Amino acid sequence: MQLAAYIPAGVVFLLSLGFVGLLMCAAIFLGPKKLTAEKLTSFECGSEPIGSPRARFSVKFYQVAILFLIFDVESAFMYPWVVNFRELSYTPAGAVSWFGFTEMALFVGMLVVALTYVWRKKAIGWD
Amino acid sequence: MLMIFLLGALKWLGLIMVFVMPVASLLTWAERRQSAMMQDRLGPNRANIGSVRIWGILHFVADAVKMLFKEDFVPAKAHKTLFRLAPVLAFAPVLIAFAIIPFGPTIHVDHLFKVLDPYSAPSGGERLQIFTAEFGMLFYFAIASIANYGTTLAGWASYNKWALLGGLRASSQMMAYEVTMGLAVLGMFLVTGTLEPGAMVDWQGPNPLHWGITVQPLAFLLFFTAAIAETKRAPFDIPEGEPEVIGYFLEYSGLGFGTFFLAEFVEIVFVGALMTTVFFGGYHIPGLYQNGFYFGDWFFELPHVVVAVLQVHAFIFKVIFFCWFQLLIRWTLPRFRPDQLIHLGWKKILPMSLANVMITAAVLLWLGL
Amino acid sequence: MGERRTFVFGQKTAEELEAEAGLPTEPMRVNMGPSHPAMHGTVRMVLTLDGERIRESDIELGFIHRCFEKEAEYATYTQIFPYTDRLNYVSPMLNNVGFALAVERLLGIDKEIPERAQYIRVIVGEMARIADHLTCLGASAMELGAFTPFLWFLKAREWLYTLLEEVSGARLTHSYVRVGGVVADLPTDFSEKLGARLIDIARVLNEGEGLIKDLRIFRDRMEGVGVLSAADAIAYGWSGPCLRSTGVDYDVRKDHPYLVYDRLEFDVPVGTRGDNYDRFLVRMYEMRQSLRILRQALDQIPPGPILVPDYAVTLPPKAEVYNSIEGMIAHFKLIMDGIRVPPGEVYSTTEAANGELGFYIVADGTGRPYKCHVRAPSFAILTSLTKQIDGALLSDLIPTFGMVNYIAGETER
Repeated sequence: MQLAAYIPAGVVFLLSLGFVGLLMCAAIFLGPKKLTAEKLTSFECGSEPIGSPRARFSVKFYQVAILFLIFDVESAFMYPWVVNFRELSYTPAGAVSWFGFTEMALFVGMLVVALTYVWRKKAIGWD
Repeated sequence: MLMIFLLGALKWLGLIMVFVMPVASLLTWAERRQSAMMQDRLGPNRANIGSVRIWGILHFVADAVKMLFKEDFVPAKAHKTLFRLAPVLAFAPVLIAFAIIPFGPTIHVDHLFKVLDPYSAPSGGERLQIFTAEFGMLFYFAIASIANYGTTLAGWASYNKWALLGGLRASSQMMAYEVTMGLAVLGMFLVTGTLEPGAMVDWQGPNPLHWGITVQPLAFLLFFTAAIAETKRAPFDIPEGEPEVIGYFLEYSGLGFGTFFLAEFVEIVFVGALMTTVFFGGYHIPGLYQNGFYFGDWFFELPHVVVAVLQVHAFIFKVIFFCWFQLLIRWTLPRFRPDQLIHLGWKKILPMSLANVMITAAVLLWLGL
Repeated sequence: MGERRTFVFGQKTAEELEAEAGLPTEPMRVNMGPSHPAMHGTVRMVLTLDGERIRESDIELGFIHRCFEKEAEYATYTQIFPYTDRLNYVSPMLNNVGFALAVERLLGIDKEIPERAQYIRVIVGEMARIADHLTCLGASAMELGAFTPFLWFLKAREWLYTLLEEVSGARLTHSYVRVGGVVADLPTDFSEKLGARLIDIARVLNEGEGLIKDLRIFRDRMEGVGVLSAADAIAYGWSGPCLRSTGVDYDVRKDHPYLVYDRLEFDVPVGTRGDNYDRFLVRMYEMRQSLRILRQALDQIPPGPILVPDYAVTLPPKAEVYNSIEGMIAHFKLIMDGIRVPPGEVYSTTEAANGELGFYIVADGTGRPYKCHVRAPSFAILTSLTKQIDGALLSDLIPTFGMVNYIAGETER
């Protein structure tokens, strides 16, 4: 695509970010500023905060992120296949062929194996 | 160049400022009013300007004004830059994602009052869609991932354990359901052969039997579930589950909180618009073709401008229907436990989406495309 | 050389892998403090979380301690009734009735209470029980995200509060019961109004139950969560709906009948598993049994006096106070000195909404008790909460805490 076709996207970016930025600036400049020591401490349900939130948190959240990475890349690979499915399904002679389908079935199959592995190892979720 | 710029800005203003922001703001009122009607009580009906009350619709104005004038402060040990950046990252992507939604047909300015030829479209004309690109829906998926940053950063930057828990939960949930969203709608892409929403709406056309919902009903269910989970609405509102971890926006006050809040409602409108576009024929009305209404043998001719106006109204009506439906779901169902939510996403919806795609591909091949 | 590790599916659990890899994880200490939306009535819990699992929990009470027992030592027996209202503030009538029964047992007049007064005590007590269960179930549902049943149940509770306001003059702090009876008779149209409301409440119960009872999400959150076995429950001193949900059939109204409960027919629902869902069901069915009791009581209630005609215990009517010297002296002595209870001690229990509510009163012959101790049902239940939630997820704490119906007022007195 020519660069000119991306101008509307640029317009949208500019205007949206500008609008939200305007909201945030309005918030900062329109409100009163009466800071007290208590307001600035963290809220921990009415008592003094215990410990620090900058301690290391559980690795289980990280596991979910890695899983996401794998499957998102998989879905990224599936998009071009989906769009080109009709071309992939015809042999050069013009007959219907299952070539494109089988290719993707193998790919998805490998990823299903990966998913089953992760499932059985109980790495999904917070067990 | 300037024309393109101005047209884009005009479409943005028309879509976002005239339609999306008012609808999202009204949704804040509608949610409380609809929930009140479901729960056998009155709901907000007091906000007034002078003696004008309009059933309390002005509550959203009152809310906005209240939030604007509240004190906006950053907790002492929070990370100031990220703290201020997080609401922007949560709200701006949703507005940007509206760029790919086709909210009306192609307008041909010089044919406005004539009846268009049903078999061919005149060249030129301006499509009522801000950004048309070959990779249409991928734009949405890319931008929506940035919204994930907003919530997680808000949780981390707040220097608060409860906010951190909420932010982490939000990130796990959004990541799980982004994958499933991407995979669930692949079936629809297979059938239409394109990623571009405008082309998908054209493919669906005014015949309801050709719409996404009849062709891919399972994909609709999975996509709708995943989209509601993305927007963190009940029953998936674990990150903001007030009785549990209070939420990733715990330390935000005034308009900072208002931004997250409004982002959620704009997302509701967006999910409605997305469902309409992909599965319900976009702006098409059953039976309304380019040159008029066809019902069996009965034909009623209509000029182009009437058709265009009717179609834009149809789009608005469908989006509002989906907003109402999402509000209904929120007030009926309790929320999932986080691990049940993750299990649902990875163990149920993901395999079903994959199966849906492969079966759709097999059926298409078998039917000979 | 160690054994060869083969990654055959399912042979190693994630915990084993983690232990082998030696990944250090730091647990996070979080303060779920007094002002948290799910903490009913100001309890502070310090949780040690590992990711989302609760490894340790430490419960701190005392935020609502108002020195009931000390205040009771300085008040006459009749003056203690407003204090008892504020114990279990969701079903105050039951506290009133419990305390009155305890004092009457000390005095030895518990068999001489007029029948009408006993029926009235049963009626208002069961109304309070229904209100308590409605609040518990509604609030728990709301904390799980189901906002609508909460408001429907509260609508039903409003009807009960309106009726109780007509009876006693207040929606929550009734102070309606007295030693020897009740302070005033029921309004003349009370029977019809309550009878009509019973039908409405039954309808609301069906609606609310239908909305969540069989809902998959609700059952997933409540079943198997917060389990305590029957043996543990008895060891910790549980009673009431929570104990019955574990399978132990113990209800003070059936096993040690008081007032006129032995003349009324009702069933006692007993659960099987001791999880949150059973507690939910037990409370749901108990409400229906309370409706049944109310219908029978409304039919059976006889006309008659509402106070024992013993002027050493109850106030004489105003006509006698103003017109006879004995009446005036009796009135004066009762107000200034209180009811003179002969020395002795009693532990008297009733079935409150949460379980066995006990009053232990030591009397020393004056009009003020020497000691008045309350055995609150929620206290025993709260002590076992750590055992119920150990190893559970943070999100399991919320429904568990809601369904044990912890009332801070009676636990901390």
